Amino acid sequence: MNLTNKALLLIAGLAISACTSPSQFGDGENTVDLNGPGSTTVDPLGDVTSTAYFNSAVGDRVLFAVNQSTLSPEARQVLTAQASWLIDNRDYTIVIEGHADEQGTREYNIGLSAKRASAVQQFLVQNGVSGGRISTVPYGKERPIEICSQEACYSKNRRAVTVLQAGIS
Amino acid sequence: MTRIFTLILAALLAASTTASAQGPLRIEITEGVIEPLPFAAPSFIPENAGAEQMAAQITQVIAADLANTGLFREIPRNAFISTVTSFSSPVQYSDWKAINAQALITGAVAVSSDGRVTVKFRLFDVFSESQLGDGLQFVGTTASWRRMSHKVADAVYGRITGEGGYFDSRVVFVSETGPKNARRKRLAIMDYDGADVQFLTDSSTIVLAPRFSPTGDRVLYTSYETGVPTIFVLDVASVGKRALGEQPGMMTFAPRFSPDGNTVVYSLSQGGNTDLYRMPVGGGPETRLTSTPSIETAPSFSPDGSRIVFESDRSGTQQLYVMPATGGEAVRISFGQGRYGTPVWSPRGDLIAFTKQNKGRFHIGVMRVDGSEERLLTASFLDEGPSWSPNGRVIMFTRESQGPTGSPSLYSVDITGRNLRRVPTNGAASDPAWSPLLP
Repeated sequence: MNLTNKALLLIAGLAISACTSPSQFGDGENTVDLNGPGSTTVDPLGDVTSTAYFNSAVGDRVLFAVNQSTLSPEARQVLTAQASWLIDNRDYTIVIEGHADEQGTREYNIGLSAKRASAVQQFLVQNGVSGGRISTVPYGKERPIEICSQEACYSKNRRAVTVLQAGIS
Repeated sequence: MTRIFTLILAALLAASTTASAQGPLRIEITEGVIEPLPFAAPSFIPENAGAEQMAAQITQVIAADLANTGLFREIPRNAFISTVTSFSSPVQYSDWKAINAQALITGAVAVSSDGRVTVKFRLFDVFSESQLGDGLQFVGTTASWRRMSHKVADAVYGRITGEGGYFDSRVVFVSETGPKNARRKRLAIMDYDGADVQFLTDSSTIVLAPRFSPTGDRVLYTSYETGVPTIFVLDVASVGKRALGEQPGMMTFAPRFSPDGNTVVYSLSQGGNTDLYRMPVGGGPETRLTSTPSIETAPSFSPDGSRIVFESDRSGTQQLYVMPATGGEAVRISFGQGRYGTPVWSPRGDLIAFTKQNKGRFHIGVMRVDGSEERLLTASFLDEGPSWSPNGRVIMFTRESQGPTGSPSLYSVDITGRNLRRVPTNGAASDPAWSPLLP
């Protein structure tokens, strides 16, 4: 994800609709938000403390290579920005959702997605976010956002999503 | 569990000699049967008014059980020369030989006014002109007519193959609805042949990978109802459930019963690291079995309870390992190309079934418990999660189709790799787990 592009989008004020809900699973409704970064609309007021701003301008997710849980340089860049935003916006608690693509057995993928979520958690803590604000959920291959059976989809499903929740830090 | 049946070993036909199990009517399952054994199953005789429909249905289920094994072939009734009009009339062997029926199954059904069903049957070896085994009689309620049919088919299968049957058994699985990116999942239970589906949970949260207790009365599974994967124990009769452990927020999954039903072995994920633990099924102290930075999951006890086979990616990719059931040194047993997961120890103790991923394809396979003699039984875009039939001769698994509209179905296959079949389910289904033979 390119932070500069996100910032330009915001400045240009291209998006004028209301903010959208964060991508969040396991809320009992099993809702799926297909608005990944890049398609999520931005709060017209440009409220830099909003969830919408975090999701789109900072970037709420990082992607992983096949069977890997190590953070790529791009992922570290996104997570560094996440960490500084989270330090500035202490009114949110954080759930990190780990996910895997469908090319793996179900239970292994839960273990793999736990590793991915934990890698993100550890990076945020190392970069100053209080560990007490962060929890993780490994979803394995149970909640894909992209549904084709090709690498174009798999690469977006191998993700860890930082989901903000209103709460006391 | 209440005893539904009274089993009466009656000498229903004293005149006939009991054929030896070594007679010509015999299937060796392990040979990989090429030519199914032809059998005739004339509709069972209704012994009183009102039993006609029950008799016809019972005969159909028995014939379907046998034919679906791939080991037997039903001879269509329009080919019959003899008509069986009475359970006690003598068999006209020449008429059955003429249509090449090697086995003949005759039976009778009575339904009493208080709703009791009596099913009796005899099995004949047509070419040696003798009865195979004694006549058998089952008594049950009208609601249990399918189980009585499966019991008859299990007896026929057992007498001809010399192996235990598997028809009077159930399967717990995950019923799925909705699109691929918003799937809803419910635990469900059904007869092994897909009949009599009953839901055990609602679809409000993700449920995964159920497993039966050794007596089939309880089910272990993983649910997200607490927000994170957590193991639950469910009582099949009451559908009551409780969390296995008592520490909230612990991420636990992949639970399996020990053969005595007292212990659960499972995966616990902490700080991103997944290891194997065991715990009494009633709760209590957990014991850590593995301690590595890699992912250890999908454990399965040996039938004697002394060892556990599991998967680990400690070598860099998923592979299969065997360790003592109390933990300790693990020995790797998978060495072929690709990745190996979801090992399941056969109830006979002789084989381990697994999922293999190699060159972009998934396979169900079996190997000896030392890893030798690996054989792949299936191949597709995504096959996973084998579960053994009670007699260790058939494997049921999940096959998921490819692409945006892809969805999972249940399939079964013989350990010879023959007789691949889709198990009928009403809608998408995954993660089958076969029960033991019912009491």
